[in-house]
Amino acid sequence: MSRIAACLEACKASGRKAVIPYIVAGDPWSDITVPAVHILVEAGADIIELGVPFSDPMAEGPVIQLGHERALAHDVGMGNVLAMVAEFRQQDPNTPVVLMGYANPVEVMGYETFAKAATAAGVDGVLTVDMPPEEAGDMNAVFREYQLDTIFLIAPTTTEARTKAICAMATGYIYYVSLKGVTGAGHIDTDEVKRKVNGIKASTSLPVCVGFGIKDGDSAAAIGQCADGVVVGSVLVNGMGESVGMATRDDNADASVDPLAGKDRAALAEVVNARILSIVSEIAEGANR
Amino acid sequence: MQTPFSLDPKNIDYKSMPDERGHFGPYGGRFVSETLIAALDELQAAYLSLKDTTAFQEEFDRDLAHYVGRPSPIYHAERWSKQIGGAQIFLKREDLNHTGAHKVNNTIGQALLAKHMGKPRVIAETGAGQHGVASATVAARFGMECQVFMGAEDVKRQSLNVYRMKLLGAEVIPVTSGSRTLKDAMNEALRDWVTNVDNTFYIIGTVAGPAPYPQLVRDFQSVIGREARRQMVTQTDRLPDALVACVGGGSNAIGLFHPFLEDETVAMYGVEAGGFGVETGKHAAPLNDGKPGILHGNRTYLMEDENGQIIDTHSISAGLDYPGVGPEHSWLKDMGRVNYVAVTDDEAMDAFRALTQIEGIMPALETSHALAYAAKLARDMDKDKTILVNLSGRGDKDILTVADIDGITL
Repeated sequence: MSRIAACLEACKASGRKAVIPYIVAGDPWSDITVPAVHILVEAGADIIELGVPFSDPMAEGPVIQLGHERALAHDVGMGNVLAMVAEFRQQDPNTPVVLMGYANPVEVMGYETFAKAATAAGVDGVLTVDMPPEEAGDMNAVFREYQLDTIFLIAPTTTEARTKAICAMATGYIYYVSLKGVTGAGHIDTDEVKRKVNGIKASTSLPVCVGFGIKDGDSAAAIGQCADGVVVGSVLVNGMGESVGMATRDDNADASVDPLAGKDRAALAEVVNARILSIVSEIAEGANR
Repeated sequence: MQTPFSLDPKNIDYKSMPDERGHFGPYGGRFVSETLIAALDELQAAYLSLKDTTAFQEEFDRDLAHYVGRPSPIYHAERWSKQIGGAQIFLKREDLNHTGAHKVNNTIGQALLAKHMGKPRVIAETGAGQHGVASATVAARFGMECQVFMGAEDVKRQSLNVYRMKLLGAEVIPVTSGSRTLKDAMNEALRDWVTNVDNTFYIIGTVAGPAPYPQLVRDFQSVIGREARRQMVTQTDRLPDALVACVGGGSNAIGLFHPFLEDETVAMYGVEAGGFGVETGKHAAPLNDGKPGILHGNRTYLMEDENGQIIDTHSISAGLDYPGVGPEHSWLKDMGRVNYVAVTDDEAMDAFRALTQIEGIMPALETSHALAYAAKLARDMDKDKTILVNLSGRGDKDILTVADIDGITL
């Protein structure tokens, strides 16, 4: 059984909802990520979704785009992300890690090379945002060979037939996107989410985790009523940005100047860690209220 | 997948592409988030059900004739050909279309689709502003709300077109994410579309993006090649020996090439933006110096770094300044049916001046790339050979850029 399946089964057995925080690897700088992931686990995370920075994250709202940009300012690429996972694994052999990102950084490595390196680093699953089931056949086959779980999105607009097809290709869990639009948008209609999640559950025995629009304890509690897990992304990435004074884009900034130059990173890291600890603790409490 | 497959180009049914899932061989497809799939399905269903109906075709043809001013003429650039001293150069005058470029052929087609789909709002991405202007124009014509996403850098560089869009009633939204250019405008338009899909139609300006866009934009632009094929036969009694068109995303090129793909005697040249020179890395020529990858919903040749991040491009011409290219071009390259070449900023500028001064036709800087290559090609061909260049747009929009190069402030 994969680490993800085991984790979600354990959650279910103990009547808990899985808490799945998302941060962008290397945001706002490289060596903050591994300690931050340990903090997320301490705050109650069951699974970690680690965003792989990409120059054109077209499914993301402004908050997570900025996270990608902050990481890319330090040239964080797939190699760095895998090194971070490997480092995390040395201390934490249990918490599953899912890489969430876009197809091109995987394409450029080649599926086989990537899968081999990811498995070696201790990655458990991959969610490739712009790889819908119609296109994912080759990639999935390789990932399956390396025992990497392949997590897929289902959207409010996904038809029943597609839901079945996606469930047939997915392993680990299903990620249900609770809102139309990009990450970080709007308010969730809890009844609608409940209806959809039940619909998905009719097609699969996989756990269904819900993301997009979970902002605080209350929204986590509402979603926790129907989902097996809650994903929290934008509010966390925004919290990290705010903690270092980089939560908005400075349109007049000189790109060649590191905005963190001259700042006390150790002190900033403490602020970041305190903030993400508080956000994820609140979500974890809410989800299991 | 990434390996170009090798088939005998003579046995390929070019007209059968793309397949039902939008693939041109290993290229194209639909690499988007699940959140966009339903919108693409809705668009594809609407397009497939309308495209071959007589009513839709007649509506499209009527607008092309009376609103755009088609057919656009073919002009024999005799003086310029004589000066070059080789093959005879003919120009397909898309610059004479309403709004001054080929872009409007496509925006008319997509606006008609939007009308039939009952979408009251259209959005578009734009680089130089030509597609934005063409979209704002048809939105005015059809009484639709229009928002145009434009990289913040391009908004600064193309103030004339920004104001033109505003006069037409569109709202221009500067995009400050990423590199603040065309690719980021496209990201932002896709984000808007996924959020507002119930009432919104996304008018993509080139033969890129997720299926069905590469196909439908090609189909709308193919009017160029269909007319040109007829006109060349009428005017010269035979098909041209070579076709030349500039390639950014590649819509004017595919529009010209597609109806000629099965004419084995017709050589084809797609001209990319060589910027400061392909060897410098500062260019926008993914077919010359890129490799296959995934961006904006399709697999195609891209400009990327070793981490798979999309890199900044350079071209004197904003309309060619794009790191990807339409997937059908990637396939035609691998098939060897079309030769993809590049010319530099300087060569394009020389061609801009030559055509302006010798023929009294001021081409767009994008088009000037095609002209520069056509001149090179003509030199090595006999005087009785013919080259047809797609004069995709006029150069009025580029006057400030040219003046700037000349060190003149207007």
